Amino acid sequence: MSSLITEITAPDGYKVTLNTGLFINNEFVPGAHTIDTINPATGKVIAAVQAAEKEQVDLAVDAAYKAFYGGWKTSKPLERARLMRKLADLVKRDSEDLVHLESLDNGKPLSASRMMDTDSVIEQLQYYAGFCDKLHGKVIETEGKLSYTIHEPVGVCGGIIPWNVPMIMLAWKIAPAVCTGNTIVVKTSELTPLSALKIAALIKEAGFPPGVVNIITGYGPTAGEALSRHMKVSKIAFTGSLATGRAIMKAAAETNLKKITLELGGKSPSIIFDDVESVDEVVFWTHTGVFFNSGQSCCAGTRLYVQEGIYDEFIEKFKALTLSKKVGDPFAAETFQGPQISEGQFNRVMNYIDIGRKEGATCYLGGNRVGDEGYFIEPTIFTALTEYCICFFYLDVTENMTIMKEEIFGPVVIISKFKDIDDVIAKGNDTTYGLAAGVFTSNITRAVKVSNALEAGTIWVNTYYSNSPAEPFGGYKQSGIGRECGEYALSNYTQVKAVKINVGKSI
Amino acid sequence: MTVNFATEFTTSKGDKLSFNTGLFINNEFVEGAGTIDVINPTNGEKICAVQAAEEAQVNAAVDAADKAYREVWSKTSARERARLMHKLADLIDANVDEIAKIETLDNGKGIAFSKGYDIPEVSKTLRYFAGFADKLHGKVIETEGKLSYTRHEPIGVCGAIIPWNFPLMMAGWKLGPALCTGNVVVLKTSELTPLSALKLAELVKEAGFPPGVVNIITGYGHIAGEKLARHPKVGKVAFTGSTAVGRLVMKAAAETNLKKVTLELGGKSPNIIFDDADIDQAVAWAHKGVFFNHGQCCCAGTRIFVQEGIYDKFLERFKEYTSKTKVGDPFEQETFQGPQISQVQFDRIMGYIQAGKDEGATCFMGGNRLGNSGYFIEPTVFTDVKGSMKIMQEEIFGPVVAVSKFKDEADVIEKAHDTTYGLAAAVFTQNITRAVTVANKLEAGTVWVNCYNELDYNTPFGGFKQSGIGRENGEYALDNYLQIKAVKINVEL
Repeated sequence: MSSLITEITAPDGYKVTLNTGLFINNEFVPGAHTIDTINPATGKVIAAVQAAEKEQVDLAVDAAYKAFYGGWKTSKPLERARLMRKLADLVKRDSEDLVHLESLDNGKPLSASRMMDTDSVIEQLQYYAGFCDKLHGKVIETEGKLSYTIHEPVGVCGGIIPWNVPMIMLAWKIAPAVCTGNTIVVKTSELTPLSALKIAALIKEAGFPPGVVNIITGYGPTAGEALSRHMKVSKIAFTGSLATGRAIMKAAAETNLKKITLELGGKSPSIIFDDVESVDEVVFWTHTGVFFNSGQSCCAGTRLYVQEGIYDEFIEKFKALTLSKKVGDPFAAETFQGPQISEGQFNRVMNYIDIGRKEGATCYLGGNRVGDEGYFIEPTIFTALTEYCICFFYLDVTENMTIMKEEIFGPVVIISKFKDIDDVIAKGNDTTYGLAAGVFTSNITRAVKVSNALEAGTIWVNTYYSNSPAEPFGGYKQSGIGRECGEYALSNYTQVKAVKINVGKSI
Repeated sequence: MTVNFATEFTTSKGDKLSFNTGLFINNEFVEGAGTIDVINPTNGEKICAVQAAEEAQVNAAVDAADKAYREVWSKTSARERARLMHKLADLIDANVDEIAKIETLDNGKGIAFSKGYDIPEVSKTLRYFAGFADKLHGKVIETEGKLSYTRHEPIGVCGAIIPWNFPLMMAGWKLGPALCTGNVVVLKTSELTPLSALKLAELVKEAGFPPGVVNIITGYGHIAGEKLARHPKVGKVAFTGSTAVGRLVMKAAAETNLKKVTLELGGKSPNIIFDDADIDQAVAWAHKGVFFNHGQCCCAGTRIFVQEGIYDKFLERFKEYTSKTKVGDPFEQETFQGPQISQVQFDRIMGYIQAGKDEGATCFMGGNRLGNSGYFIEPTVFTDVKGSMKIMQEEIFGPVVAVSKFKDEADVIEKAHDTTYGLAAAVFTQNITRAVTVANKLEAGTVWVNCYNELDYNTPFGGFKQSGIGRENGEYALDNYLQIKAVKINVEL
């Protein structure tokens, strides 16, 4: 339907043609209604996209179900790999379209999007394409039988993805699902539907059979809920908030016990020892670790614990680096930090800053809105408040503060001083989350011992944020269930069948 | 005041059995919130009362486990974990006679099976997993400018909620992978069959496990089980039981701390017999497939599909074979089928038999109670069934099978899949192409070819669809008890 096609012009004049329909069965179709997607730098509407409600979710799942049993389940591994690599090539070809859409829709600086977003998608597709023909079962020695296992696809998978790194999240769901022979329905965030719609067109162009990949947008409580409760969906992969993660697990339990994997929030600690080789290096990594993507990262290093000896130098340099980074127009070359994604998120972050002040933390830097258009917030640093009571007991007041416990998901960091190593490890682990942690030291013994002791799914040592498709990512504790990326992700999308052929036993 | 919960019981055959009826927490047998009567299913009489856990005791057990994990078990070497597990396995083997009798007394399963299968499987399972303790390999992953590796770490406190059909074997399936991977356990047994695990508890202490590493408590599912599934310090819960309760366990996990969940639930497994099968073997395996353990088996082959050409012959021979089933006192060596586990289960099964008749199926044989003491039911066969009937859709968990006819492969696969379950299936054929292709098509976690109910501790077991989440046994079970930590060390400054 040509009326669903729209042309979007980015602030730098770049034009992208985009179909705004729901991508079901390789066609763009109308939804139940439309949703306006907003440019977070200006607060103005970019475009209206078609949105799914339960009825459209049912159509998408039916298409995926039909495609699975109609040939994708028994498709040749090399054919799946070929299609995935073709898609990767098309993403590379249309990279400029995609990064422009992503920056416009999400607010991340164009420079950042260009640096990593499409490359991440391409690498993810290529990595899993390579696995298509390597999904080995086992032969297991048992008495009187030939016993072997097959790692079969589960069927129709649902992916529910967030708005913080939209196209990367799309790739993280599609790649392992499709390579293992599943079909998928992905519901994008209603805040950032655009880049996925472009990729949808490329999926058709690459030659994927209709129904193998379906991409729809819609609200969580309606479309997301319908997908998580659907009786024909065998598995849901969700990335987003803890609260929604719970709802999805419950929905799975109440319906068909579909398998679930959850990538949720974090309140990741970084521990900076005084024996680091270069304070400037550490400042660079920890600054990126919290302010990159406007702080909108599940694994952001939002609590920094700096050993006494270098605290003063560290905080001074951290402040200087922070001040040197520009907050502003995502399409301006010198911008480091764009806006927060929406008014709702803006208010949420500002509220946490307010609570931080009220609870007595020192707002060392920032804390205010930037400009009066869009949802820009100054990079904000809180420092720890410690008090000595009259009995000279050291009271660490900050540890129980709201801003130390709850995930803010914005450009806000809390920097504390530490002395005792066991004590700081305990503080690092004193959270219901466990997604990531950072350790900064030049000492090998300390690096290994501290990373062993920290309760988190990813530990970065002398770096932050680096990830590749080959390395597993996921949370301890309430940061999630399961691992994405790497060989580990394959088990999320396969089910094990044990076949035991009697070749010797009679009753 | 220390109360001694050591108890003795003399069986009808004059065997003296001793066990402790307390809650096993921190290597001590302690008092519960109340008691639960344990009933002998052969005669409905009380065997003894055991201590029952409620919230306070579950908390005490979890706290003990948590402390043991942090202070001792997380610092225990793989070798030492393996040594203790082997020691426990040795003690089980040395006491197999008494433990088997306790199992038969409590559950009602034939002594030949307790002694010849159930109890030996426990020690085999423990030994299998003990061997894995020092083989929990992470990966080193090539990445640019970093040393990137993964560690496969234990989760911490694991909860296990086990059923009454294979009491001690189910305990083994949970303890084996949990302990070898470095976790500590709080195991809640079924209130219907607590005794063999309490015997195991004595051996756990004797083997030398540090206090708190293995805790064994009994209690009601909706009280103790619920508390365990909701406990914030429990990082993982493994549940075997009904689909209905499985849902509740998963919901409880979602509502609390998102603990990892594995579920082994029900089944309505199809047994498909093609006309080129060895009929006599098919009959014998199909009989075992459904009547083994009095039909109280999640993977029982409760829907038999026989190809048209051999249907009449199969049914005749199946009737003959089944009529020879020895149903009676489980303490007799030649007893194949003992009583159902409880009055409630007995009533439930009899209800399904009535439903079968009401819905128009033919009760081809059996269908009645046996005797007037205990919970014995005749092996029961229904024919002339339709896929939509209750006895074809719902799990009966008793000695009841529905036999129907099929035409060809396409026909039977469709019929076999007409279920929300997907735990197991079987195919009887002599033809290799058919065996492999039908096995590929069947949506079930275990597919047997020319046999049934062949479970091995080293092959994965678990369900497709609503039969469960995750796999037990084999190397696959380890994943349930480990969490992956990726460590990336930047070496390019």
